Amino acid sequence: MRDVAVIGVGCTTFGEKWSSGFRELFVEAGALALEDAQLSGEKIDAMYVGNMSAGRFIEQEHIGALIADYAGLATRHIPSTRVEAACASGGLAFRQAVIAVASGMEDIVVAAGVEKMTDVEPGASTDTLTGAADREWEGFVGATFPGLYAMIATDYMHRYPLTREQLAQVAVKNHYNGARNPIAQYQQEITIETVMKSPMVAEPLRLFDCSPITDGASAVIVAPLSRAREFTDTPIKVLASAQASDTITLHDRRDISTLDATVAAGQRAFRMAKLAHKDIDMVEVHDCFTIAEICAIEDLGFCRKGEAGKFTTEGETALGGKIPVNTSGGLKACGHPVGATGIKQVYEITKQLRNEAGKRQIDGAEIGMTHNVGGTGATAVVHILGRI
Amino acid sequence: MTVARFWRKIPQRYNMIGTKCENCGKHFFPPRTLCPDCRRSGRIVAHKFAGSGTIVTYTVIHTANEQFEAFTPYVLAIVKLDEGPRMTAQIVCRPDEVKIGMRVKSVFRRIATDGESGIIHYGTKFVPVG
Repeated sequence: MRDVAVIGVGCTTFGEKWSSGFRELFVEAGALALEDAQLSGEKIDAMYVGNMSAGRFIEQEHIGALIADYAGLATRHIPSTRVEAACASGGLAFRQAVIAVASGMEDIVVAAGVEKMTDVEPGASTDTLTGAADREWEGFVGATFPGLYAMIATDYMHRYPLTREQLAQVAVKNHYNGARNPIAQYQQEITIETVMKSPMVAEPLRLFDCSPITDGASAVIVAPLSRAREFTDTPIKVLASAQASDTITLHDRRDISTLDATVAAGQRAFRMAKLAHKDIDMVEVHDCFTIAEICAIEDLGFCRKGEAGKFTTEGETALGGKIPVNTSGGLKACGHPVGATGIKQVYEITKQLRNEAGKRQIDGAEIGMTHNVGGTGATAVVHILGRI
Repeated sequence: MTVARFWRKIPQRYNMIGTKCENCGKHFFPPRTLCPDCRRSGRIVAHKFAGSGTIVTYTVIHTANEQFEAFTPYVLAIVKLDEGPRMTAQIVCRPDEVKIGMRVKSVFRRIATDGESGIIHYGTKFVPVG
């Protein structure tokens, strides 16, 4: 297998982008990534696109070809493939691109993610997201996506010492980081009170425990490490790529409050990179809900089960803490255009490792991790990236 | 939803007909047609569940998907059936009544409707026992 490097990254701003459609979003992200890699489009050998549900959000399928076409590559007939794993679609697209390059099949590969969520009514987008869980045996009986994570929170809070305020602190911390990220959907800081006074969505989760509905796209370009310096002075090496699956329903899990897919993908990634937790300078985790970040930092092994609430309130996951978590603002504050999120995580870690993260920069960042989850934990994708 | 999609799951949704593997004795609800432990040596047969169980975890849904908006706030829970498997279902009780460990039994209830002229979805909810 060949070593693989990220040679360029691009991301649109995230938000409710009324004036941009699906096509404008991914073209913008792709152009930014190409410009970053100082690469012209004709050098691209293949594309992988993470997208959860264009079929329901904009009634468009066949996204791979559409994107190649609007990227101006229709006449070059490059292979362009859509990959889908609900909210982990982006992470999966990145992994497919890495595998394509590592295998030697392709050289210059674009991994992109895009979701246009605000072209349907909010009720319809919520219903579409329910398809990331089990439609027949969860959605059908009245489960919502926040409702499923709320049941994780209820189980967790029954078994471990996590207070409602500690949970709120996750959102407060991520909004603080989002306020320092120019692409973030929400660039306002909030307080614990903001979370506690926000409307109840699914007990115990309130509106400010939930990631928003977001439009956005992101793209990264990967190449063999041996060729990376043709394009950039600061290639970022892919040190590990791991993916794991678990039961589609929450109720079938071994343990309601542990995402075993995250545990498995995390362990595989550490083994592949031959690294330990102390080597990781920051991590982008999948905080679709505040409770999800609590579980993620434990399941990845950054603190022991049951201790993430305390770990968070003690500032260990904040900028300057022991392991800064979601420097981008995470899904909560940066936004969660479902298919784009996994690629945005790679974008953020690359920015950090290139010392380009501005006000949220982690000093001397050398190695970072991304963690992208599909559904309530039926898919987890973990990557480790490092400066060379 | 088309009639066929709903109709083919009537035994499961109305009467809690799941499956069990006669090779290892494990029960499945919702039903599986492949035993994850025994795989090809498994022997899957239909099994009617008693419908009694215990609440493992729960939430109270305040913001629902369209079909369920009229029912908010409603209690949703994961119920561990006495035969072993867990399932997700609504609990027919006041939001402040639900507790982890609460014993419940299944009841046949209307779940949702597909608009004014569509299918009425019936299925299983649970009620507290005792």
